[in-house]
Amino acid sequence: MSSKHYSLFSLLRETLRGNTGWKPAWRKASPQSSYDVVIVGGGGHGLATAYYLAKRYGMRRIAVVEKGWIGGGNVGRNTTIVRSNYLLPGNVPFYECAMKLWEGLEQDINYNAMVSQRGILNLFHNDAQRNAYIRRGNSMRLHGVDADILDAAAVREKLPFLNFDNARFPIQGGLLQQRGGTVRHDAVAWGYARAADQLGVDIIENCEVTGIRIENGRTTGVETSRGFIGAGKVGLACAGNSSRVAAMAGLRLPIESHVLQAFVSEGLKPFIDCVVTFGAGHFYVSQSDKGGLVFGGDIDGYNSYAQRGNLPVVEDVISGGMALMPRIGRVRLLRHWGGLMDMSMDGSPIIDKTPVEQLYLNAGWCYGGFKATPASGLCFAHLLARDEPHEVATAFRLDRFGRGAVIDEKGMGAQPNLH
Amino acid sequence: MRITCPHCGSRGLEEFTYRGDATVRRPAPDAPHDAWVDYVYLRDNPAGLHKELWYHGNGCRSWIVAERNTITHEIHSTRLATEALSEEKSGS
Repeated sequence: MSSKHYSLFSLLRETLRGNTGWKPAWRKASPQSSYDVVIVGGGGHGLATAYYLAKRYGMRRIAVVEKGWIGGGNVGRNTTIVRSNYLLPGNVPFYECAMKLWEGLEQDINYNAMVSQRGILNLFHNDAQRNAYIRRGNSMRLHGVDADILDAAAVREKLPFLNFDNARFPIQGGLLQQRGGTVRHDAVAWGYARAADQLGVDIIENCEVTGIRIENGRTTGVETSRGFIGAGKVGLACAGNSSRVAAMAGLRLPIESHVLQAFVSEGLKPFIDCVVTFGAGHFYVSQSDKGGLVFGGDIDGYNSYAQRGNLPVVEDVISGGMALMPRIGRVRLLRHWGGLMDMSMDGSPIIDKTPVEQLYLNAGWCYGGFKATPASGLCFAHLLARDEPHEVATAFRLDRFGRGAVIDEKGMGAQPNLH
Repeated sequence: MRITCPHCGSRGLEEFTYRGDATVRRPAPDAPHDAWVDYVYLRDNPAGLHKELWYHGNGCRSWIVAERNTITHEIHSTRLATEALSEEKSGS
């Protein structure tokens, strides 16, 4: 048995051999002249797409081209939360599909992604918010998703240190999805890359797409910094850079790129055993296995490709955290960073064909892309292989804006920075 | 990021509200469906210089058109939206 398959046996064997037998998790592939499918973007979604194309749809000759390195984009920059606590019919089945894939992911790809179903608790602070969360919980249950409403006493038992009696925002209770939780984000990238590589997918890093070749209205390949790569089909999974890459094919998208900041504190002893969100502001937090508080809040709110944000949002996020749990007031911040969000006009994603033949689009994930990774990959693979949408992604069409069939979970309208 | 308001001078970002791309123009009421979809939903979303609207809500409450680099956040110019619009209408 080779060290290619990770198991207790291979671990023991390599321990005895001084860890000399481990191989790189994926090959450093060089581009071939052509492939059946080229995925542009080696983030979580692109890698998952390649993996499911090879694994479930039996396709071969697949390449993933990535301008940087694997794990260097949003898949390594998020706050690692997974959940399927949505309200609208177009969204719930899709995110529940993702949740189920997370539950079996580690066995499927033979990689420890530290999937931890520690629960996600959305707090509410007034009657109207409670009613909204009960409605959402009911919608989830109607779709077969787990949801529970906790009253203030039950929340107090779970997280006794929260600021329950804040004069303006007393905690009345929360919506709990126990199956939600966190997943080690880097491991998702590495695990999918390794699993796809073992099925023959070429993962080509440091290979930036500079153009999309279209002949007679049909996509024939991509120009890259490492030369032209021919392709039967091209799938775009470029997250925050979707508009730039789509523009190479003459497309304008219902997307603005924005910056979202995230934060990690110094390591602390374990005291938060779930993901908890503050309902009176925008603040969400969990505690990593190293002990750091991983938290975030709103996007900065202006178009940006900078991967860094500004101080007013830092203050806003942290004041939300202080309102929720005053005990973190003397905790020091270890790191903070920004990532690009492909904010769509209705806050929901797009997995669809484009008006250009053989060119497919996976974009508009706003700041909820990580939790969707496995289902996004599966549905995009389905679309690429079969030329029709997967049954849980039928609502994510590019033409829905013109048809008035938007999926506006927050009810904010065509205002990307408010979703 | 600080924004130079033509009335108030250099002010902190927290005084302003963002309203997006300043180059989109409302089509005529009887314009074709596609023109309206374009106006409401589609954006150039450039990496680089971007003309955008900011509202100085916690200041003089004027609307400002800023030209800002979305890669560096550097602001190249700011002017009152009313001025920018009247210039555009007079074709200069």
